[in-house]
Amino acid sequence: MSGVLIIGETAGGAPLPLVYELLGLGRRLSGDVEGPVSVLVLGNAPAPLLSGLVAGGADRVYVASTEAAGLYESDVWLAALREVLAKVSPQLILAGHTPLGADLAPRLAFQLNAAIATGCEQLAQSGGQVHATRPCFGHKAREVLSLLTSPAVATVRARSSEPLDPDANRLGEVTYLTVPAFEAAAIPRVKSRKRDDVKDGPRLEGAKVVVAGGRGLGCPEGFAELAKLAEALGGVVGASRVACDLGWCPHSWQIGLTGKTVTPELYIAVGISGASHHMAGCGNAGAILAINSDPEAAIFKDARFGIVGDYREIVPALVREIVNSRA
Amino acid sequence: MRILVCIKEIQDPEIAASVFRVDEQRKEVVPLAGLPLVTSPFDAQAVEAALRIRDKGCQCQISVITLGPEDAKRAIKRALSMGVDDGIHVSDSGIERGDSVLTAHVLSAAIRQLGQFDLILTGRQAADWDAGIVGCGIAELLRIPVVTFAMSVQVDGRRAVVERVLDDGFETVEAPLPCVITVSNELGEPRKASLRETMRAAKKPTLTRNLESIGMTPDSLAARARLQERTRLFVPAKNNKCELVTGDSAQAMAKQMVSRLTAAKLL
Repeated sequence: MSGVLIIGETAGGAPLPLVYELLGLGRRLSGDVEGPVSVLVLGNAPAPLLSGLVAGGADRVYVASTEAAGLYESDVWLAALREVLAKVSPQLILAGHTPLGADLAPRLAFQLNAAIATGCEQLAQSGGQVHATRPCFGHKAREVLSLLTSPAVATVRARSSEPLDPDANRLGEVTYLTVPAFEAAAIPRVKSRKRDDVKDGPRLEGAKVVVAGGRGLGCPEGFAELAKLAEALGGVVGASRVACDLGWCPHSWQIGLTGKTVTPELYIAVGISGASHHMAGCGNAGAILAINSDPEAAIFKDARFGIVGDYREIVPALVREIVNSRA
Repeated sequence: MRILVCIKEIQDPEIAASVFRVDEQRKEVVPLAGLPLVTSPFDAQAVEAALRIRDKGCQCQISVITLGPEDAKRAIKRALSMGVDDGIHVSDSGIERGDSVLTAHVLSAAIRQLGQFDLILTGRQAADWDAGIVGCGIAELLRIPVVTFAMSVQVDGRRAVVERVLDDGFETVEAPLPCVITVSNELGEPRKASLRETMRAAKKPTLTRNLESIGMTPDSLAARARLQERTRLFVPAKNNKCELVTGDSAQAMAKQMVSRLTAAKLL
């Protein structure tokens, strides 16, 4: 048993950025686990996608074609993984901690009777075992789990690991697999998908500036003020879990433990108390500016810059000053 | 139609980081004296999801199950006061310390022994260890389908219809029954205990099960638990100093902040 197998999740026909982070992580670990870094992708993978994965660090790419359109994604992946695991015996199987990975990985672990660590920030190898560091207790604490089985399964949070610089001279091997038709009666079916309307502009995960609002905004209209500040800074608007759950903004704006992880250069937290589960999604930002009317808010313990006051006055004032400073 | 919701009682996850402590030797959290435990919020939302199915007119018996010490019965009581019909408390001195894999084995054994459930609901993760493993584990061990991260759950004949949260929206999934569904915070606030249901809760039945009664032994369990081992638990050090700007007016503070952000090359 050796090497690392990576779940090559794609969106819109391209691997998620997280897949390249996993490849980088897998490469760094593969020095220790002494084996190839393999990646599995589903469906019709065009040549540029395959060479991109090899340039990103993959020794082997498995492309599994399946007739299982419309079935619950993680069931299709599990069927494809059965085929791949008949050919390779990795020590470690890695997936991104995404809605797919967080569903797929525990299921795979139970099927293989393997160790499982979810939402990991760090993986290291020593004494023939993989050690996973993961946040717990709403990101207040970290636990280290030694994974005692081979293979072991882990999901990794976005932006916790650096991708490699792509190397177009790297060589890799591509293997095509066919997933046999499987009895689909007992498998959930996806009837429809509703994606948020995304305007042109950077997505939350890749944004250099994020302006996020929380319960302290007091009303959904507060997000219109934040949008003006984000626009002035070329940034994107996000939100805390509370603001999303109150219905003030789309759920996909949620930043935190159960939402997105962002690493902008500047993160402006407006009316966000700074609960640790929120900091899970923004704690690695270059700098945090907190705007809050409560001087005791926990967010000031994590922020590099702070303003205590009413955001309704401060945010428009910031917009004016930013515009002036550029005039 | 029988619905089972898996719940867990935990330390209140909303407590401030400043009072949160861990025992690094024992690799456990130090309980805060005088702080009442709560039902894990995602689990309370799973109970809410079950009650909403009944609100829609579905004839169903709703049960909750929890694994934990004697005190964990309080979580059952809270669910009964929300409107759940009965509870199952799994407790055994042979279960010293739980982990997610072990919990999934115990709960799935208990579920097998209790008989047929059409729908099993759990929170997306317990808000203490935040692992999100138990729901998927129960489904795999019982060999039934699972749909994770539900923001709404409906039952239509012999199917569950689930709106499942995605990174950029949601998908609608139809799952055959029986199945497991894990509920995400997007479902919304759970209802409060009602006076009527709280009065009735005392009369609602709670079954107690130990390992032997669900066909397990501490030894068979220990063999299951050796897949992974916690070697450390710690609170990361924080070394941050916040530069607060002050001023007489919002405009003065904004001006100062913009010049500081510019100096830090953040603008």
